[in-house]
Amino acid sequence: MNGFDWNAAGDVLPLVLKGFEVTLLATVLGTLVAAVLGLAIAVAGRAPSRCVTVPVRAVMEFIRSTPLLVQLVGAAALFTSVEPLVIGIVVLGVHYATYTSEVYRAGIDSVPKGQWEACRALSLTPRRTWQAVILPQAVRNVLPALGNYAISMFKETPFLAVITVQEMVFEARQYGAAHFAYTEAFTLAGLVFLVASYPTSLLMRKLEKRLGH
Amino acid sequence: MSDFFSAFFDNLPQVRAGLWVTLQATVLGALLALLLSFVLGLMSVSRLLVARGVSRVVVEFFRGTSLYIQLFWLYYAMPPLTGYELTPLLCGVVAFGLNYGAYGAEVVRGAVNSVPRAQYEAAVALNMTPLHRMRKVILPQAWVQMIPSFTNLLIQLLKCTPLLWLISAADLMTVIQQLRDRTGETLTAYVTLLVLYFVLAYALTLLMNLLERGAKRRLGLATGAGSLLRSRSATEAVASAAGGGVR
Repeated sequence: MNGFDWNAAGDVLPLVLKGFEVTLLATVLGTLVAAVLGLAIAVAGRAPSRCVTVPVRAVMEFIRSTPLLVQLVGAAALFTSVEPLVIGIVVLGVHYATYTSEVYRAGIDSVPKGQWEACRALSLTPRRTWQAVILPQAVRNVLPALGNYAISMFKETPFLAVITVQEMVFEARQYGAAHFAYTEAFTLAGLVFLVASYPTSLLMRKLEKRLGH
Repeated sequence: MSDFFSAFFDNLPQVRAGLWVTLQATVLGALLALLLSFVLGLMSVSRLLVARGVSRVVVEFFRGTSLYIQLFWLYYAMPPLTGYELTPLLCGVVAFGLNYGAYGAEVVRGAVNSVPRAQYEAAVALNMTPLHRMRKVILPQAWVQMIPSFTNLLIQLLKCTPLLWLISAADLMTVIQQLRDRTGETLTAYVTLLVLYFVLAYALTLLMNLLERGAKRRLGLATGAGSLLRSRSATEAVASAAGGGVR
């Protein structure tokens, strides 16, 4: 029982902040992958052929119902030659794409039926229908929900430490093990998370209200 | 049969023990989370400023710091700081319970607030006490709304249990990892593990659908047997469309 060592806390803070940059990078790139891939899945899910929609839905349901940690560790064990950070970003992105695609789906469904009919009446091509009419309306509605998923992805980036990505928790854990200062290392890492995520969620809530949800 | 599956069936008791640890962590964690959701959620709709404030702070704290860090803090940081040490399984249960309890509190708050205002007024007009009003009028209606969101949270909690492997509780993931190390069949091992988790998740979803059907029946809302087999995608889309940020 040694209480809280402020010197150790001072030592570990720069390391945690250095790792925080990697955490942010993984979150931003992972969100990007999830946002783009999710949209692709949502559009594919509305394909006219059941040969496309049924397998897509089945794979999504599987990925979404199974643990991210197992997917990460499994991918890292299978692709040993790939950079861990890349594996982490791709796995995070794919995992969250299964969530964001549902968000897009709801957003697309919320576009009034008359808009589709108008496009047909104007004989727009499917491509132009999506690009010029449906997506601009759908995406505006889903932005707050996408933001919420970005925040929850941010809170799951510590998983990347398991596949040796040198992000915040990895640094904290390493320092904790080397100096036997787990208390200071994890307390600081937690505080940094709180300081970063709380204002972001407040912002999202404001945005949600403004968009009239 | 491949090496992995023969090892899997030779070590079935071990696998079963791992499954048991995972299930215990899920169920006990979920029960703690459920209790906390109601305590914090009902505090947040209270008329007392202090109750609302305390609930707000606790919820934001446990949602704002990552579950991963909370678990590690309990396992690594708490013993030197306080002198108390929890078993790995208990660490998991406490961390899962606190974290998902905070998310669940928002679900309870949202559901209670979504019960039409007229129901409160009718209960007041009938001279019901606040407790009676909550128990007989508000909660039965709110409960139906909470179940789909609780199902999502439960599955998310299940999906977090592999974290126990990192704090050396002998859960399902630990056992399968050991079998993988012994047989060297990485792909088979992880796919098996994913399928096991998928089956668990689906079983829990079915149970929750059953619960939802019962709750709806009690309100006089009959639903067909088809709703039992519904996967979570349908409910989730509705939740996100309504702006109910569950996570």
